[in-house]
Amino acid sequence: MGEFKVHRVRFFNYVPSGIRCVAYNNQSNRLAVSRTDGTVEIYNLSANYFQEKFFPGHESRATEALCWAKGQRLFSAGLNGEIIEYDLQALNVKYAVDAFGGPIWSMAASPSGSQLLVGCEDGSVKLFQITPDKIQFERNFDRQKSRILSLSWHPSGTHIAAGSIDYISVFDVKSGSAIHKMLVDRQYMGVSKRKCIIWGVAFLSDGTVISVDSAGKVQFWDSATGTLVKNHLIANADVQSIAISDQEDSFVVGTAEGTVFHFQLVSVTSSSSEKQWVRTKPFQHHTHDVRAVAHSPTALISGGTDTHLVIRPLMEKVEVKNYDAALRKITFPHRRLVFCAKKKQLLLFQFAHHLELWRLGSTVATGKHGDTLPLSKNADHLLHLKTKGPENIICSCISPCGSWVAYSTASRFFLYRLNYDHDSVSLQRVSKMPAFLRSALHILFSEDSSKLFVASSQGSLHIIRLLEGSFKHLHTFQPQSGTVESMCLLAVSPDGNWLAASGTSAGVHVYNVKHLKLHCTVPAYNFPVTALAIAPKTNNLVIAHSDQQVFEYSIPDKQYTEWSRTIQKQGFHHLWLQRDTPITHISFHPKRPMHILLHDAYMFCIIDKSLPLPNDKTLLYNPLPPTNESDVIRRRTAHAFKISKIYKPLLFMDLLDEKTLVAVERPLDDIIAQLPPPIKKKKFGT
Amino acid sequence: MAALEEGFTLTAVPLGSGPDGPLGVEQSDKTDQFLVTDSGRTVILYKVSDQKPLGSWSVKQGQIITCPAVCNFQTGEYIVVHDNKVLRIWNNEDVNLDKVFKATLSAEVYRIHSVQGTEPLVLFKEGAVRGLEALLAEPQQKIETVISDEEVIKWAKLFMVFRHPVLIFITEKHGNYFAYVQKFSSRVLCKYALLLGQEEKSVIQSFSMSVDRKVISLMSLSSDGCVYETLIPIHPSDPEKNQRVVRSLLLKSVVCGSARSGVAFTVLDQDHIAVLGPPPSASKECLSIWNTKFQTLQTSRELPQGTSGQLWYYGENLFILHGKFLTVIPYKCEVSSLAGALGKLKHSQDPGTHAMPHFVNWETSLGCGLGSQNSEQSKRILRRRKIEVSAQPEVPASTQLLATVQKDSEKHIEVELRKFLAVKRTPDFHTVIGDVIIGLLGRCKAEPSFYPRNPLMQLIQTHVLSYSLCPGLMEVALEKTDVQILQLCLQQFPDIPESVTCACLKIFLSIGDESLQEADINVQSASDYGDEKMEEHTEIFQNGFNPKEDNCEDCAQELNEKPQGTAEASTSCPVTLKRAALFSETFLLPHLKDIPAQHITLFLQYLYFLYLKCSENATMTLPGINPPTLNQIMDWICLLLDANFTVVVMIPEAKRLLLSLYKFVKSQISICSELNKIEVSFRELQKLNQEKTNRGLYSIEVLELF
Repeated sequence: MGEFKVHRVRFFNYVPSGIRCVAYNNQSNRLAVSRTDGTVEIYNLSANYFQEKFFPGHESRATEALCWAKGQRLFSAGLNGEIIEYDLQALNVKYAVDAFGGPIWSMAASPSGSQLLVGCEDGSVKLFQITPDKIQFERNFDRQKSRILSLSWHPSGTHIAAGSIDYISVFDVKSGSAIHKMLVDRQYMGVSKRKCIIWGVAFLSDGTVISVDSAGKVQFWDSATGTLVKNHLIANADVQSIAISDQEDSFVVGTAEGTVFHFQLVSVTSSSSEKQWVRTKPFQHHTHDVRAVAHSPTALISGGTDTHLVIRPLMEKVEVKNYDAALRKITFPHRRLVFCAKKKQLLLFQFAHHLELWRLGSTVATGKHGDTLPLSKNADHLLHLKTKGPENIICSCISPCGSWVAYSTASRFFLYRLNYDHDSVSLQRVSKMPAFLRSALHILFSEDSSKLFVASSQGSLHIIRLLEGSFKHLHTFQPQSGTVESMCLLAVSPDGNWLAASGTSAGVHVYNVKHLKLHCTVPAYNFPVTALAIAPKTNNLVIAHSDQQVFEYSIPDKQYTEWSRTIQKQGFHHLWLQRDTPITHISFHPKRPMHILLHDAYMFCIIDKSLPLPNDKTLLYNPLPPTNESDVIRRRTAHAFKISKIYKPLLFMDLLDEKTLVAVERPLDDIIAQLPPPIKKKKFGT
Repeated sequence: MAALEEGFTLTAVPLGSGPDGPLGVEQSDKTDQFLVTDSGRTVILYKVSDQKPLGSWSVKQGQIITCPAVCNFQTGEYIVVHDNKVLRIWNNEDVNLDKVFKATLSAEVYRIHSVQGTEPLVLFKEGAVRGLEALLAEPQQKIETVISDEEVIKWAKLFMVFRHPVLIFITEKHGNYFAYVQKFSSRVLCKYALLLGQEEKSVIQSFSMSVDRKVISLMSLSSDGCVYETLIPIHPSDPEKNQRVVRSLLLKSVVCGSARSGVAFTVLDQDHIAVLGPPPSASKECLSIWNTKFQTLQTSRELPQGTSGQLWYYGENLFILHGKFLTVIPYKCEVSSLAGALGKLKHSQDPGTHAMPHFVNWETSLGCGLGSQNSEQSKRILRRRKIEVSAQPEVPASTQLLATVQKDSEKHIEVELRKFLAVKRTPDFHTVIGDVIIGLLGRCKAEPSFYPRNPLMQLIQTHVLSYSLCPGLMEVALEKTDVQILQLCLQQFPDIPESVTCACLKIFLSIGDESLQEADINVQSASDYGDEKMEEHTEIFQNGFNPKEDNCEDCAQELNEKPQGTAEASTSCPVTLKRAALFSETFLLPHLKDIPAQHITLFLQYLYFLYLKCSENATMTLPGINPPTLNQIMDWICLLLDANFTVVVMIPEAKRLLLSLYKFVKSQISICSELNKIEVSFRELQKLNQEKTNRGLYSIEVLELF
């Protein structure tokens, strides 16, 4: 395969935001996750846990609560006092409604899904009616003394439990009055704490209310009498979250010590029908506060300050013990945050509120495998571009020539012209962007940097010709009539003739840029597309899906290539299919058309289409160089997939030229070092 | 595990009953309330949990109740028969039985049966059965005769099968027994002859039954003391024909075969039966619970004041007549498990109950547990079991051995045993060994002079015994202060309780030198350092553990005086120390407190000596086979000091030892703190090392893909 010089980059100082809420939707098997910067992500648990959608964050919009209602409508509420509904098709905020109760701490959708309840800073619990296209305030419940931090509906919808500071109230939904007030003991290990905050409540159909609080307790209350039934002291710190399964036979709580406890309703003895709640399994997958937990029918899901989303399948609920039953830890977004201007050897890093431009260093030395070469020139930080306004950056791009940078937030689109003068860079914003360019989901420059392709949130694709310091709108591909789905992945052929665009579920559309018309549509596949690229010369479209399948589609022939058919017929190697992060980038060797480079977070692979495909018996990943074997054996055992796991976690990898690779790593230790210190736990006697 | 709880007498006043005890105890329609009919004239309604009567009714002087009162579950009324033919029906409000509803019948009543979910059924002495309603509509109706002339009903029971009542009754005629099954859904009466099996000429003393889906499992307790099971199909293939059913042995000798009366039993659940009567070994009457699945005695309770041979079981309560009092013994049964059956579930042992070890051969009786599951299978198993039973006497070696154990001299036993052990192990080897050792121990207890030391040692060395199999063995050895046997036991048994371990330790420490000389003790593990190396090191040890003050002449004589101490302790060490890890200190501590202070000091000295030996080489191990580890030595020192510190601290001889131990701990602490300090610098070094491997934020590397 050959030798490469690898620019190993670790200065991408990316820190994901902590997870604040998770909400599981049983109907669609999707998980909504909100982060502390206001970003909301949607994971499709059926599609190999792929993060298929995301809504960019907003500085003032700290999300405190997240819930699904009325089937698959997603709402969030936060400290700015607004309830927000998200448009899952257009991938933007549908509307925001002020609840007029100060910061909102909690929200819960009624079991029927037609009503929404929010708990506010001023102690009010407000009921909203969900109408087909909005929500409408209905009434207030009895005002409580202090903020309502947690809410839970009784499955029948007749009562709710509301956790506040030092007490839990039970409301009658019909009358809106509090029928019980259950005081929580402030005592904590014999010491009276100032306040006991009820971080979470869950109302069971038998009338039991389960509460978790800042004193480390999980308590069971009888809502009919308002009495404490059972008390579990499980942590020395706050218990911050609770989620209960639909069958009400198990629930999960998360503590500030990073521990997740599983409670199950088990029979007292093997034969009796009498059951009791028992703390069955502790899990320590987090180092920091577990701020949010969810309970899917088959898994416990938790997330917190340490930014990992952990999906822990329950072995007793998993029917087939395959790779899906393994623990998943999702740390990095399943989209690109790093862009590369190959010709100028520039890297553009996308952060939530700024962009960084770096120039790679160089070396004149050569070496053999494994050597670290002395640098003749170190990498330079050229530019730090801060966004204007409170909105997070959705997407960004740098042109291959390095002279254009574009980025977009939820409401504005920015295009900059860069001028290089030896070591210094001057920046010039292109003003007067057209009105239709308000927000983009994906931006792409053509190979010759003469055209800009923008996928807007309305589903249309804009083509803009770039001139020296100005631009000209060439064409807009309107979405197919009837579809509202936004395109979020684009790929352009190196000759600039073809543009491929993919949404989250429908197939990939290929447009002819020369004739400005739709060329063809690649047949839709069950799993979402994670990466797209068009090969030079052959114009083969390579598509990676979240189930780890890779297809190659010939655009001129409008059909799958022979190689793609062969590999589909034979099937991918089982280890290839068991990888648990999606392929986020595909690129090609400029000189060798048979080679495809693709990577996920833990490996990169160069597929050599000329070599035989591996079957399940061959060793997929062979890190060791062949030593004493003759060339014949080597050729016999060689297969198409050349995999390297040296660089991880890998956020970006590309070929700069035929002998040079760039790899952007983000070691987990560096992320942990930037997180606040976790609660220190005494481990041993001293 | 099944357990009998503390019983209570139902009434402080003795029942006005004759020697026969009460006529019956029946459930009433309210839970916890029972109708007790004495054999005279009175019916009393008791609330059991309150232990008090709620109501009492008597018939007139001169009349006599002939059939126990029952409750009509459909109406809540009570029904009783007096003078064989007169039926009385009343309820709670009625005071005088003379003034309540009366019906005189045309035939003599054997029993009225009433169960939940159906109307009461009246069984006449001639075997006819009538529903109560039909009977009351025409009390003087003619009652047909079902059973033949000299047949007498012995026992009857009503039960529900798929919401239809089924009545079974057993009759006897000239020593032959017949079972009649009357189904009311189809009004079919089936007759079965119970075949007793050829060898027994026993009289059946008691019956009980349980019902499965398709079969009635009729159990009978014979005068030979065994429980037999008979399977009777509920839905017979050919109801017209008289059929025969075979009895098969379920449990062997649960009661003394010679017991004349006072024997009764009842089925408690699928796996348990309660037996009332004298057990085979004792003459006292006992209430015992047996597990039929595992053939083990679960629990038993002596009834010193005697009983009447009547036993009723409702819900969770067993009713018996103890002395002159009707006693209620609550019975609890948890799900039967293997551990439960073997008595290995952790339970505080009731002093009143004693488990009888009973050995089951798992290889051959695997199917027994499924006995009552379905008729076909159980029949097959029964056949197999019968074969087994008959095959047993054909194994001469084991039975002969057992017989030898009971009678012959020690020498003879030894020879026989050697012969038995020499042959290849049969599948029932475990059982035989168990039976033999129980036999030997039983004989030891009976004859104080009998102590078959060599056979016992042979048996222990078969590696199949454990403490729970023969708790008596170590007891006997402790009594005889047989150090050798104890040592063997400690080495072989995996499950010795802490108290016994301590008792052994006590013996080891207190035993005299001369008796030790006689005993042939395995000092293999201790000898290595007992002989050569010990000399120099015991000097150190005698000298207050300070090598600098080492003075050979001084301690030479001391050494000569003291070898006994170390020698005997060394015998105890390899065994006792080895166990240390197995036992939690909470269990061991109270027992350790019983050991006299001198022995504690001696043992501590020995342990300290071992510690010094240990710390001598780099690997911190002792030479020899199965040496105690350093951790075990430390655990023992800590345990001993924990248990006896207040005593040891007062003994002048121990002062030096304590002082050196104290110094030792102090030096350990200072070492640890030094290590802690070093740790910090090591961590720094490690960090430096990591930074070296860390390539920094940016590097250009060469990668070759193969």
